Amino acid sequence: MTSKTVAPRTGDDVQDERLIRGVGVRGAIDGFARRVRGGDLGALPVMIGLVLIWAVFQALNPNFLSANNLVNLTLQCAAVGTIALGVVVVLLVGQIDLSVGSVSGLAAAVLGVTFAQSGWPLPLAIVAALAVGPLIGLFYSFLFNRFGVPSFVITLGGLLGILGLQLAVLGANTSINIPYGSWLVTFAQSTFLPPWLAYCLAAVASLGVFASAWTRSRRRRAHGLSTRPLTLDVVKAAALFVAMALAIAYLATDRGVGVMFVLFVLLVVVMDLLLRRTRWGRSVYAVGGSVEAARRAGIRVARVYLSAFVICSTLAALGGILAAGRLASAAATSGAGDTNLNAIAAAVIGGTSLFGGRGSAWSALLGILVIQSISSGLTLMNLNSSVRFIVTGAVLLLAVVIDSLSRRSRESHGTG
Amino acid sequence: MAVSEGAGGREARRPILSLRGISKEFGAVRALTEVDFDIYPGEVVAVVGDNGAGKSTLVKILAGVHRPDAGTIEFDGRPVDIGSPSESRALGIATVFQDLALCDNLDVVSNLFLGREVAHGFMREEEMEKRAWQLLRDLSAKIPSVRMAVAGLSGGQRQTVAIARSLIGDPRIVLLDEPTAALGVAQTAEVLNLIERLRERGHGVILISHNMADVQSVADRVVVLRLGRNNGDLRIPDVSYEEIIAAITGATDNVVTRRAAAAKSTTETSEAASA
Repeated sequence: MTSKTVAPRTGDDVQDERLIRGVGVRGAIDGFARRVRGGDLGALPVMIGLVLIWAVFQALNPNFLSANNLVNLTLQCAAVGTIALGVVVVLLVGQIDLSVGSVSGLAAAVLGVTFAQSGWPLPLAIVAALAVGPLIGLFYSFLFNRFGVPSFVITLGGLLGILGLQLAVLGANTSINIPYGSWLVTFAQSTFLPPWLAYCLAAVASLGVFASAWTRSRRRRAHGLSTRPLTLDVVKAAALFVAMALAIAYLATDRGVGVMFVLFVLLVVVMDLLLRRTRWGRSVYAVGGSVEAARRAGIRVARVYLSAFVICSTLAALGGILAAGRLASAAATSGAGDTNLNAIAAAVIGGTSLFGGRGSAWSALLGILVIQSISSGLTLMNLNSSVRFIVTGAVLLLAVVIDSLSRRSRESHGTG
Repeated sequence: MAVSEGAGGREARRPILSLRGISKEFGAVRALTEVDFDIYPGEVVAVVGDNGAGKSTLVKILAGVHRPDAGTIEFDGRPVDIGSPSESRALGIATVFQDLALCDNLDVVSNLFLGREVAHGFMREEEMEKRAWQLLRDLSAKIPSVRMAVAGLSGGQRQTVAIARSLIGDPRIVLLDEPTAALGVAQTAEVLNLIERLRERGHGVILISHNMADVQSVADRVVVLRLGRNNGDLRIPDVSYEEIIAAITGATDNVVTRRAAAAKSTTETSEAASA
């Protein structure tokens, strides 16, 4: 397990002598280092960035890493993070949606008017608000597929037009309060997992990660392919569980893990599976990499675009509903201001390429953590939004520069 | 040269694909005029011709991009109509275009199975990877890792992946449009080996090329087009470089032979001078 030189070349896939391949856990670490040098950075820059940001803010204000503040942070992440998850999908096919903020605002307005004003039952109001998303997504993809208008322009028009719709739906009200007693507000503001349930979920998630790695190894062996060492999978799953358990224990000293945050993480996990493991996900990456190649391979490109726009708008609408629940109001300002740009910035900061075809669902989670950490840290320091905008803008630029640099490095290392 | 097998058994076998009297016009231009073309199993046929001779039009008709205005196409002896690229593929004609059309951001396995992934709900990565290795090994392809992104491969390796991808659906005919145009010497040799491997597997290979050295080293037969018409159907071992060039240019006295003659006479005079 320790020596690198006497690599037993067991699988069909490691026969080529040119392949640099270590063995065991050590080999896995070496492989990771090589990938990073080759520009395959993955989530590494954003992880390092997050640690740095947390260290700086903790040094400036000892309350930053308090359990109370971190619980707030998780709750703040959920709504915009959900929107960012949709943006990730659109960026992966090489397009963009600039109107996600307006869509979330419109969904909030529909929810407020139907539920708080017209007295619809809450589930029905939520469905109505959620339906805003697919409708807008279908409209965008119609314009895009039929007329070939760049998505940048379509959604820029959407940004204004949907903001207008939002104001029209709200009518004379600038703000509608959503009753505190409703389960949506309770869900978004004050429902937390009891610690035992949180630990159970963490255990299930770690076991799931291990089981998936284990079955993968077994199938690879059955097909005569090389496998990763079992120890590595065990260590990974155990480390994941320990990390999650520590986080849960720490957050439990305050209110605990918010259910809304759990919902967001679940959405990320599901999206990750869809993107990595299904034919649809593969076609999303293919279209983002080369539309022409995807088309010639028989992929129905128009449908892939349609699915991306619809998913993006739908998640934006869901994000708007969650935000309305958390703020207990739907207003003209819902989804306005920096929501839009925060969601797009989160996707990019998290490591999804603006050039299409590269990124992962997890970048929504990591990116929104960075953005909300900056926002929360600066608020704790009593700095106003001017500084917040400047800092967030600078971080976004940094992320885009890293994206471009790693793209260049990938080209020179030839790793796509 | 191991070319006699495919060419020798030709009379005995039926052609996979047989084109008769194919014509195609683009506005006032007659791109193809009554062109005949046959291809047999296990045979490499080169289609050569000058620029504008109609090679690309012929390729596009076979690939289902264009429809012929006149003429018949028979596949396995029954008349067919190739109306779209997917119909061409369904018949068993796999076309590898010059620009390859690979997704640089995806790995080799993903590219090989793009649009044809093995999946039951989730994709079966292991099965695809195994089949990818078998296929590449059958072709003796030199790809270090099928989990490498395609952007990291050399030109010849990319060409190999593109050709291997065309074999996934087990086609009868593989149509290669200038497969060596952008390649170096060693990579060209690799692709030529690959073409011979396709012939051994019993595929009919149609090779479009400008490179006479490639054509002579790998093809069993060369079909010459000139100004949209058939201008020769030559067996490679029986035909010289000069004869092919003459068929392409339409004259024994042409710019190529004059250059060769000029070069010969200069060497002769310089030899005479040194002697």
